[in-house]
Amino acid sequence: MAARPLLGGDTRVVSVGLELFADTLAALGVPVVQIEWRPPAGGDPRLAALLARTEDDRPVAAS
Amino acid sequence: MPLWNFVRKSFYQDSVTLMRLTRDMEAVSDVTRAAVMMGTPQNLALLKDAGLLTAEGEAAGPTDLVVAVAAGTRAAAEAARAAAETALTARRAATASGAAARPRSLAGALRALPGATLALISVPGAYAAAEARKALVAGLHVMLFSDNVPLDDEVALKRLARERGLFLMGPDCGTAIVNGVPLGFANAVPRGRIGVAAASGTGLQAVTCHIAAAGEGISQAIGVGGRDLSDEVGGLMMEPALAALAADPATAVICVLGKAPGRTTAKSLRARLDRLGKPCVAYFLGDPAAGTAPTLEDAALAAVALARGTTHVPAEFTQPPEAVTRLVERAANRLGPGQRFVRGVYCGGTLAYEAIGLLKACLADVAPGVTGGGSGHRVVDLGEDVFTVGRPHPMIDGTVRREWIEREGGDPETAVLLLDLVLGYGAHGDPAGEILPAIRNARRAAAAAGRGLAVVASVCGTAGDPQGLAAQTAALEAAGVIVLPSNAQAARLAARVVVSRR
Repeated sequence: MAARPLLGGDTRVVSVGLELFADTLAALGVPVVQIEWRPPAGGDPRLAALLARTEDDRPVAAS
Repeated sequence: MPLWNFVRKSFYQDSVTLMRLTRDMEAVSDVTRAAVMMGTPQNLALLKDAGLLTAEGEAAGPTDLVVAVAAGTRAAAEAARAAAETALTARRAATASGAAARPRSLAGALRALPGATLALISVPGAYAAAEARKALVAGLHVMLFSDNVPLDDEVALKRLARERGLFLMGPDCGTAIVNGVPLGFANAVPRGRIGVAAASGTGLQAVTCHIAAAGEGISQAIGVGGRDLSDEVGGLMMEPALAALAADPATAVICVLGKAPGRTTAKSLRARLDRLGKPCVAYFLGDPAAGTAPTLEDAALAAVALARGTTHVPAEFTQPPEAVTRLVERAANRLGPGQRFVRGVYCGGTLAYEAIGLLKACLADVAPGVTGGGSGHRVVDLGEDVFTVGRPHPMIDGTVRREWIEREGGDPETAVLLLDLVLGYGAHGDPAGEILPAIRNARRAAAAAGRGLAVVASVCGTAGDPQGLAAQTAALEAAGVIVLPSNAQAARLAARVVVSRR
């Protein structure tokens, strides 16, 4: 499937991290969802990066 | 000083929430110091250095919340903890009532928001690349707001984005305005016909604000990342950003911004700009000769002129020469003979480097870097990665900036304190109010030592910003700060003050 172009059309945002940004977008009426994020792998960044790489070949399903 | 630590296991909170909790706790009477941090090894080291760590805190892990309080009594410490708990509970309740339970994963988020187009990622730098990779693989464009993202990760992510026809905006450039939507730090500017592609966060903000002030608007503003034009990254995102703006029917004029490109990247960029097919203005920090505009303000005004079919003639100041002379005299008034240097305390990286370039044009002994080194003229950028580990950006939290303003203002060799104020979405609700106490303290300390202290600033913002350009400017001016219409003009005035005393 071809990627949707960045410019033109709607911008619908998934926010990961600072809630401040999602709050700002929501106040402006921009469709946004905030992920309840936790540091993965018990807060070990190296292990988290390894885990993410092993997940690369598994596309994230939207449904 | 009695000291207590409280730990809540597996309780992650983002850095802005932690900052707010710290403030709530410090407002409790009889509390002398408070800190709320996640228990990462770096944060525990910070707490230890600050003398705020006990054995209980020391045992915390990276996903545990550590509350540290130095208070006069146990009751005050408990009251501070209660204040933090109340604030957290209120936050949870607001979230729960405002929306369904939040998704805990990207897959869950995509179910909650079908047709999502973009991920805005602002987790700590060590985790940011992994989150960005997941979003790209899921077919989302990414704005990577996080600082402290390793260069290798940036290159790999941008290659992955290119392969998939996606944008990876950022890092080290936490701003964009896409289809009128402000992402990260961005200002309230009208839609219009000027498109911006920027390898510079505050550069993008300054230029879009100047364009708005001149009565034009922004079609799209794409922040490609502060390192994108280095030879290591090679303009991996500048290229598709320029192609997208060239193809965008709403964009009539293109404005390109960034640090001076690497040697190889400069060649390919020049060739790309030559075949854009649209009028273009370019500003490169540290090497204005490589572009077509000498400052950010000139880049904006040149783009406006191109859109209107007129010509922009750069000028050093907006005000007439005699008005500038009066400002210089006012600033230099009551400075002592030993006060020789300009000291900048900034939160915008591009603005800091622009100021350094302009100071160097008329002063010797200007420190080249922005991390506070050098004994002569210097400009520190508190948004630099070294200052933002485990802390909110200084545009959100003025704590570190207040310390630097008092330190630089207290140096008997400082003649002019040079400041930037950045407004907009995502920034602190009252940036002037955040730093004015420190400016007043620095002034008082100088007066007590028989000296004056000039304070010169510029405000990057618009009338539509939540903080209001006029209100912020008025608050600074009421405190005796000389406010110029652009960062370039503020830096030039600061240099003139120092030169006038020779």
